[in-house]
Amino acid sequence: MTGGVRERRDQGAAGPSGSGTGSAAPEPIVSLRGVSKSFPGVRAVQDASLDILPGEVHALVGENGAGKSTLMKVLAGVYRKDAGRVLYKGKEVEIPTPRAAQQLGISIIHQDLSLMPHLTVAQNVFIGRERGGLFNLLVNDRDINRRTQQLLALLHLKMDPRTKVSSLTVAAQQLVEITRALSFHSEVLIMDEPTAALAEAEIEELFHIIRQLGEKGVGIVYISHRLHELKQISDRITVMRDGRTIETVPTREASIDQVIRMMVGREIFQASPQVLEREAPEVVLEVRNLRRGKAIKDVSFTLRRGEILGVAGLMGAGRTEVMRAVFGADPPDSGEIFIRGKRVHVKSPRDAVRIGLGYLSEDRKRYGLSLGMDVENNLVLSAFKKFLGLLGWVRRAATRDTAARFIDLLAIKTTGPQQKVKNLSGGNQQKVVVGKWLAADTEILIFDEPTRGIDVGAKSEIYRLMNDLTRQGKSIIMISSELPEILRLSHRIVVMSEGRITAELDAAQATEETIMRYATVRSGGSQSLHAGESAP
Amino acid sequence: MKQVSLGEIAAGTARKESRLHSAAARKFLAFGGLIGLVIVFSLASPYFLTFDNVVGILLATTVNGILGLGATFVIITAGIDLSVGTVMTLSAVMMGVLISNWGLPIPVGILGGMATGMLAGLINGVTISKMKVPPFVATLGVMMAARGLSLVISGSKPIYFTGTPVVRGLTMDSLVGALIPRLDVPNAVFFLFGAAIMASLILGKTVLGRYAFAIGSNEEATRLSGVNVDVWKAAVYALCGAFSGLAGVVMGSRLNSAQPALGAGYELDAIAAVVIGGTSLSGGEGTILGTIIGAFVMSVLINGLRILSVPQEWQLVVTGGIVIAAVYADVLRRRKQ
Repeated sequence: MTGGVRERRDQGAAGPSGSGTGSAAPEPIVSLRGVSKSFPGVRAVQDASLDILPGEVHALVGENGAGKSTLMKVLAGVYRKDAGRVLYKGKEVEIPTPRAAQQLGISIIHQDLSLMPHLTVAQNVFIGRERGGLFNLLVNDRDINRRTQQLLALLHLKMDPRTKVSSLTVAAQQLVEITRALSFHSEVLIMDEPTAALAEAEIEELFHIIRQLGEKGVGIVYISHRLHELKQISDRITVMRDGRTIETVPTREASIDQVIRMMVGREIFQASPQVLEREAPEVVLEVRNLRRGKAIKDVSFTLRRGEILGVAGLMGAGRTEVMRAVFGADPPDSGEIFIRGKRVHVKSPRDAVRIGLGYLSEDRKRYGLSLGMDVENNLVLSAFKKFLGLLGWVRRAATRDTAARFIDLLAIKTTGPQQKVKNLSGGNQQKVVVGKWLAADTEILIFDEPTRGIDVGAKSEIYRLMNDLTRQGKSIIMISSELPEILRLSHRIVVMSEGRITAELDAAQATEETIMRYATVRSGGSQSLHAGESAP
Repeated sequence: MKQVSLGEIAAGTARKESRLHSAAARKFLAFGGLIGLVIVFSLASPYFLTFDNVVGILLATTVNGILGLGATFVIITAGIDLSVGTVMTLSAVMMGVLISNWGLPIPVGILGGMATGMLAGLINGVTISKMKVPPFVATLGVMMAARGLSLVISGSKPIYFTGTPVVRGLTMDSLVGALIPRLDVPNAVFFLFGAAIMASLILGKTVLGRYAFAIGSNEEATRLSGVNVDVWKAAVYALCGAFSGLAGVVMGSRLNSAQPALGAGYELDAIAAVVIGGTSLSGGEGTILGTIIGAFVMSVLINGLRILSVPQEWQLVVTGGIVIAAVYADVLRRRKQ
């Protein structure tokens, strides 16, 4: 009797895909079926399905905002799905917390580093699992140090488990994240842009580790924007677009062009950069020998009227630091700044605004907007002086007109000037920031990751807007980590690595490969390697 | 093509940071300041380094020091607790009610006092972690409520422990003095050091301490690591409350009474001690030893200025300046890094 019941249950668990140890179709470790997840105002994932097979490297690609990270965060217990099913070895499971995911054997390396910088390497690796002795209230540092040492040895890493994470470079911190993910002995390992901060050699080594894990039967989900990388490492590719899973194809049968076509899927702003009106328009901004601590090492560049200067580089290369220094937010140690040939001293953002510089932060919610205020007040905020009458009285009619003008000009989708900015979509918030600077008669706009967290359609509008601005004679510096964006929009591109400008490229000649090569030039690291080689 | 191993990268690119530059340096700064103060005052007045005066300083540090211990945990999580002073008073009043009004055994009174503090801390913690009320506001509310409750419960009158001399003896007798006649250091001092050792062990050796650092360092990352942040945050505030309760017991014992009107303002002294001790208000960093040194800096300062006949009003002004100077020194040190 009981035998029969068990038999039937086994059949049920095996599911339609069939079980057995045959090499033809291994049973997926995890299957996502029709998963949806919405946030206020955004349908991040809609009806997405995905199988993760043991031992495969499954690449998940799509444009920013396509829903890759969100889908994986649902699987890792960070978000709770609104609809759909998650099957673990054929059985439906709920994954309400990160811990539940860990217990199922699903671990994730998040896109942005999620480490505790004040803790040591070992403490980070074993956070949540460091207990031992006295009713499990004590932490056993000796034990976690030893186990971390073993894991590090497995990965051939020479790192002291007792080092504080804050004293490691971004690349080394990334390795700590990988070590932590491996420490769970997971069956499914999700890597969200693991190579974003790594150099070529480091990426090679990471791939070596990934292949080893694959041989042990670990199913790996690999999210990356670097399509060439995927060709090298993945077995299958799933493309996501606008929150949906579009298609899953075996990597060897898919060309990169084909994948890109599936990713984009719709008409997107493709205009090549506007040709500059004159051969060499006047230089509006020149920065010479800018230095600030370890972040900025002797940076010089120029910006011409009507030009978009793309600033490329990896995370932590010092791009934002340079622009913040130019803008006076973090005054540099030394260096000169010239506006239209005249030396200026920018000691604070106030000075910068006065001479016509505008900075659009990558974190617009924190630095660019007063979210609780309405569209009108945000638009006129930095030009408030213009609207003051007698005794500091605000001339409402004037602010209303200006707001209406910019809402119209920038095609901001809003219910009206009185709508709270926090209720706008990301793209429209970005437009409000742009409008704010335009209202203040800004000539030079510094865009720091202008399309981060903005969906594809709105992105295209932002591109068009930037293009229009340059046609009106504004000059733009654009920091972006998305190479296609840099290549598509810039007239000229400077590439940064470790606080230095390593290349200045003409947009017509630059490719993703050349940019990446210069972005991964390591000044300090390569020197020490050479020294090691030449030593007897 | 040369093969570079990850190991070289990890080892080669790790920024060199001598340990002197971190927590140790901050403690050294505070400790150096303390030594400096002691030298200045002992040169200025021969009375300063006498046995009686040193015992006086130690005794004056006990309550603020114990409050500072709890506050250290909270501040390491990047939180703040404004209620430690009035919760201390409430705990003392509860002890008074249990022992003097209800005639319960003294140990029950002591445990009751500490439990009161812990409960108040737990209310802080749950309000902050579950109801998502910012720590400043949550503990401000509890601070006011605790003050009111102390007055209500006691009828706004002090509760004396005159019927139970053991209560006073608890902190003001000297066990050491009984063994070594000339060295009659009151027990209260050992309460402080005992509590400090306990706090140090909790911070350094238990998961509670570890998660306090983790939460203060990167709360979201800690949550994503599968740590139940809400529970541990509440526990940190409860622990802080328990230390406030202990401070209330010591206070009641020292004054031989529970003074319901006392307590407001103590929270700021405690926070000042923590900050002088090098614990960062932005979280993730801090030590118990630093807090103890910070508490001593404050009481040495007050004591020394008093000996030099500086009016009490000016003592406050100088203390305020020292707090700012201590944090500014730390800001300078960080900027250099």
